[in-house]
Amino acid sequence: MSDRDNVVWLGTPAFPEAARAALADTRLRANLRRATATIRDKRLAVTAELDDWEELRERAAAVKRHTLRHLDHHLLRLEEAVTAAGGTVHWAADAAEANAIVTRLVQATGESEVVKVKSMATQEIGLNEALADAGIRAYETDLAELIVQLGGDRPSHILVPAIHRGRSEIREIFLREMGDWGRPAPDGLGDDPRDLAEAARLHLREKFLRCKVAVSGANFAAADTGTVVVVESEGNGRMCLTLPDTLITVMGIEKVLPAFADLDVFLQLLPRSSTGERMNPYTSLWTGVTEGDGPQDFHLVLLDNGRTATLADEVGRQALSCIRCSACLNVCPVYERTGGHAYGSVYPGPIGAVLTPQLVGVENTASLPFASTLCGACYDACPVKINIPEVLVHLRAEAVEAKRRSRLLPTAEALAMKAAGWVMSSPKGLAAAHRLAALGARLVARDGLIGSLPGPPARWTGTRDTPAPAQESLRAWWRRTKAVNETQGRTTAEEEGRR
Amino acid sequence: MSGRDTVLRAVRKALTDVPRFENPGGPRPPHGHPTDHTGPDIVQLFSERTAEYRATVVRVPAARAAAAVGDALARTGARALVVPPGLPADVIPEGPWTLLDDTLPLTPGQLDAADAVLTTSAAAIAVTGTVILDHGPGQGRRALTLLPDQHICLVREDQIAPDVPEALSRLDPYRPLTLVSGPSATSDIELDRVEGVHGPRTLDIIVVAAT
Repeated sequence: MSDRDNVVWLGTPAFPEAARAALADTRLRANLRRATATIRDKRLAVTAELDDWEELRERAAAVKRHTLRHLDHHLLRLEEAVTAAGGTVHWAADAAEANAIVTRLVQATGESEVVKVKSMATQEIGLNEALADAGIRAYETDLAELIVQLGGDRPSHILVPAIHRGRSEIREIFLREMGDWGRPAPDGLGDDPRDLAEAARLHLREKFLRCKVAVSGANFAAADTGTVVVVESEGNGRMCLTLPDTLITVMGIEKVLPAFADLDVFLQLLPRSSTGERMNPYTSLWTGVTEGDGPQDFHLVLLDNGRTATLADEVGRQALSCIRCSACLNVCPVYERTGGHAYGSVYPGPIGAVLTPQLVGVENTASLPFASTLCGACYDACPVKINIPEVLVHLRAEAVEAKRRSRLLPTAEALAMKAAGWVMSSPKGLAAAHRLAALGARLVARDGLIGSLPGPPARWTGTRDTPAPAQESLRAWWRRTKAVNETQGRTTAEEEGRR
Repeated sequence: MSGRDTVLRAVRKALTDVPRFENPGGPRPPHGHPTDHTGPDIVQLFSERTAEYRATVVRVPAARAAAAVGDALARTGARALVVPPGLPADVIPEGPWTLLDDTLPLTPGQLDAADAVLTTSAAAIAVTGTVILDHGPGQGRRALTLLPDQHICLVREDQIAPDVPEALSRLDPYRPLTLVSGPSATSDIELDRVEGVHGPRTLDIIVVAAT
């Protein structure tokens, strides 16, 4: 993990603390509630249209899992096909290497500005900052990325990075910032999304026509033909992929598919899961370079940056199947309330909670695997059937283990768990603990509930009311009533229950 | 050691649990659809689905194609029409518009200043309401259908595939391909769909009956 890496934003508080601040922001919560509810309904409507939706998910999951098991094989095929079609393939082990490659390629063109298609991979490696250090200006052209860039903000959603912003905030940002970056916002700009989209169109058009270099990500790449795919809505992607002379695509190594024909499932699953449309407005596919059409210089940068570490974990590996649709964010009750910034990573939400710790090491993001209720809505929504709850539980165990290894003395929680284990392994110990708990509870409970307690238990009781333990434990009650029943010659409670 | 060697070595090290005899190519799940998502009339379905994206869709016999193009141009008041090389002359209507021929490539500035572009298509998808361009003769290089604000696209009925897998199987992956489903749109502001951002804001689809 380098300090320029955006997989985790250094200096961001751990999830519980960040979530507390986010929950207090009522405007944020209103924006998120409205947006996620809209997209959830749309997704359900279009996925219900396909009666073989479950089979499509199964097939997509099977293709992804199998491809990951032979990733080296498919990457080499992809390299060969892209090269044969006139492209150049580069390999980057980490963010610093990828940034250096892209910077060098831009410098070789003699240009000092690039237009960018929205890309998680370049967000992840902090490419814009690295280019800025080399005196190269990178213009984000996706509307939401533009809002984030102009606002000096961070993305809070994989698909709609400015989901935390309402229309009036976006209007303010455009009026305040557009002039510093190029064509200013029109006078009298309103907050109708139509007017805001028009302002972005005018602001970016001159950049599309001027810039000679573009940087993109990739949604898929077919190893048999070398075809690279970008799925988008606005046409900014087509502008960047078509008008410049040089195109540099940064792609995570897990995006490779064995064959062009595999796109048939993914082009059905992605738009329906992502924006809740039968098909997104524009999908661009290109294979190397085409004479007389589009960029004549094409570079594909294959990025590891923690992916092979994730691949090595047989349980966690499935997270690399992710196609970045963001359906799991939109259905997550935790994400809907905290928003994306609380996760402290470019990958927020349920998929972020399993991906981020694996990319950077669970010891660096120990709170993220716990940022979930394990309700399983994400698993149900995932078009490639990533069992997110399973990976979360697996990573929780690793987080506890990592904490244990890093300390000389055990934590209070570890001691409490150890004590609980000891007590529960002995009937006498358990009975004694029950009596003690009943006695203790009488001292602190009010109206049968234990409220907030001082000291270390406050971390649990501060947010929860706990019913006071019964004065008599089940075991004690059983012994007492059974003894009474037997002396009175009646049936035992156990037989009573059987009738 | 090069980045390539480092990455490949890390990938192989991560996959030591995979049996060496496992076939990287298979077992492959079957392609194609177990069920069909279309009804009896896929041309009708294509027209409905495309119209749902707020594209304008008309169905005409071949002899009426040029007139339908003329109607679309008249509706927006277009004055400069881009025509790609290889476009059949009989679909270009007479009218008060200037034709900009891309046989000698137009500059991005000229394309940006043009009002409309007229093309044929390579294939279409009924279920998703998608037209597909492979930028061959009659369709032009990719910039042509991107910069003018109106795209008028001719689709022959027999080019319409029922669903995504069938359409993909008809394409040449070595050509640049663009799948277009309605005019450009964004949902980036409060996830509220707005038509018309950077690509053409007006999309006219003219479905031409098979002769």
